[in-house]
Amino acid sequence: MTATRDWAREWAEGDGQPLQLLGHDGRILRPEVARPPDDLVREGLRLMLLSRAIDERCTNLQRQGRLGLYAPVLGQEAAVVGSHLAIDPAVDWLVPASREQPAMLRHGWPLDRMLALMLGRFEAARIPDDVRMLPRQQSIGSQLPHAVGIAWSASIERRDDVTLAYCGDGATSEGDFHEACNLAGVMQVPLVLVVINNQYAISTPIAKQTRAARLADRARGYGFPGVAVDGNDLLAVHEVTSQAVERARSGQGPTMIEAVTYRLGFHNTSDNPSLYREPAEVARAEELDPVARVVAYAETQGLVDAAAVEAQVLEARAEVATALERALTYPTPGPDDVFRHVSAEEDQRASE
Amino acid sequence: MDVGRDVTLLEATRRALVDAMEASERVVLLGQDVGRLGGVFRATEGLLERFPGRVFDTPLAEGGIVGASVGLAIGGLVPVAEIQFAGFLHQAFHQITQQLARYRFRSRGRFHLPVTIRAPYGGGLRMPEFHPDSLEAQLANVPGLKVFAPAFPDDAYALLREAVRDPDPVLFLEPQRLYRSVRGPLHLDDTGSSAARLRREGDDVLLVSWGPAVHTCLTAAQELETGHGVQAAVLDLRRLSPIDDRGLCEAAAARRRVVVVHEGVRTAGLGAEVVARLQEALADTISLPILRVAAPDTPYPPGRLEDHFLPSTGKVVAAALRAVHGR
Ligand SMILES: Cc1ncc(C[n+]2csc(CCOP(=O)(O)OP(=O)(O)O)c2C)c(N)n1
Repeated sequence: MTATRDWAREWAEGDGQPLQLLGHDGRILRPEVARPPDDLVREGLRLMLLSRAIDERCTNLQRQGRLGLYAPVLGQEAAVVGSHLAIDPAVDWLVPASREQPAMLRHGWPLDRMLALMLGRFEAARIPDDVRMLPRQQSIGSQLPHAVGIAWSASIERRDDVTLAYCGDGATSEGDFHEACNLAGVMQVPLVLVVINNQYAISTPIAKQTRAARLADRARGYGFPGVAVDGNDLLAVHEVTSQAVERARSGQGPTMIEAVTYRLGFHNTSDNPSLYREPAEVARAEELDPVARVVAYAETQGLVDAAAVEAQVLEARAEVATALERALTYPTPGPDDVFRHVSAEEDQRASE
Repeated sequence: MDVGRDVTLLEATRRALVDAMEASERVVLLGQDVGRLGGVFRATEGLLERFPGRVFDTPLAEGGIVGASVGLAIGGLVPVAEIQFAGFLHQAFHQITQQLARYRFRSRGRFHLPVTIRAPYGGGLRMPEFHPDSLEAQLANVPGLKVFAPAFPDDAYALLREAVRDPDPVLFLEPQRLYRSVRGPLHLDDTGSSAARLRREGDDVLLVSWGPAVHTCLTAAQELETGHGVQAAVLDLRRLSPIDDRGLCEAAAARRRVVVVHEGVRTAGLGAEVVARLQEALADTISLPILRVAAPDTPYPPGRLEDHFLPSTGKVVAAALRAVHGR
């Protein structure tokens, strides 16, 4: 799909509000903007529901003590899925942070392999060789210079892959964020950086992270466009990311997209958000649920009805259950695995 | 919190912070999530309410936290910074090694930096990557930086008070798996020294350790006594830089057999330093078998694999028996 406008410019000239294409009730706000194909919306909804089913199951497993720490996507599904739908997993690179499960799945990491990681079966969780994706990153912001390097390599080698990288609002305070953005601008690399602004870094609200009105404003200082988009609006996120991908692929350099959303759940399963945020705030955010919005849109477009959505929810749960069964058949690691993959000389065991 | 009553290491840490802040208005706390949340481990719980204007939630930027602490100290304050997990000290290493630790030297004494950096570390909690790493060897290698590593509530209190009072920077390593699992009496002793301390008596062999591995050694010593009739003493180094040479050498010379135990990786680990110091100090007088039990030279492994990586009681017992009986 071809994007219709220069969204970064439009945003820069607007009132600073994140761009929105769908109303909270799923109504189309901007009829002049071309809509994505129905299949893309269906796929988006499927991935968002799958993401919820994974969150649900993994949280339960963690509560039963069968899984380590889990960080849910809850509330951020449109931001992650909408942006990832704009790239081609067969060509483009994905550089995730640590809360982009549906993007990693769509990119080609099989669900049972992802669950194997959560279950501590590390060998099975290895990303397949033909999947152009980095592993999750636990060191906040450290993946961003890597993303710039990958994108830079595409420029040097005249490849036409684009790198889609993610980070959180908290990550924008790290030195690595600044160094990555600066270099990306200087080298004009084909990078699309999606900053998922879910309002919190553990307990730290965005207001304590930055005094800037919008994170997207920062892009200008690095010499490339930035745009803030309603991160709970699947269509808007997809639209601005598509345009950014097009810019990158045609040699016009990086774009920063701030997807403004809300972390509806806990930071991870050992967090207790009631210690630092008001229930009323969460309740307000729940009214802006990205899944409800895309469902409403799909219903008014006649793509699905309530019964079909219900069936899809059950399908998603079943898919997770089946993948989980598979994941549990993969071997659990043994003592030898401590020494594997430390360096190329596999047999030269690290001295113990 | 009653003095004399048993408290957790976490409670003792919090109490030390409270008392340090009561003792001097210049003491301020900063770090990620230390204010409203009270820290991810709740070490600073309640301090924001108790000391308004002196506890600061910072942006997610370790280099900035340490770098700003340098400036805060130059500006007359006594910063106690928290790095959420010691594994993320690397994001601040240029500020620690090139700046914090050298300011006194570079300025020929014009500036000194009474900065304390608290950082939880150590394994056993099935933490994500980087969170359980033991970096003490990298820190002890920095001239101008002191490194403290308590293993008991009373030490958490006494050493943290000492760290905050120190006119120079102290890296204060907090053993995260002991935060709630170890209890002990709280002595509000803030005049003690950070010298090495014998945590268990025994004539046959000396187990030298620090932080969480001290408890591995204590369990091993128990097993050595009941299972093998070997009396193992356990020396808790407590201050990793500068090492208490006298305490270490006296304890070693009295037993003549030594095993050093740590969770950091073996190669160029702090155990190597302990061995070298003992050799240098005692080479002329006694010959002394010294063995190491350390983590292997691999990245810290995920999940349950850490059980095969961390020094276990069994490995410590085996090494102690080898030191005592020979192979
Ligand atoms: C360098 C580094 N510092 C601290 C942490 C501890 N930590 C884990 S997640 C997190 C907050 C991240 O916030 P953000 O970037 O907004 O992403 P989100 O978790 O909200 O998706 C922190 C401080 C870390 N993992 N890495």
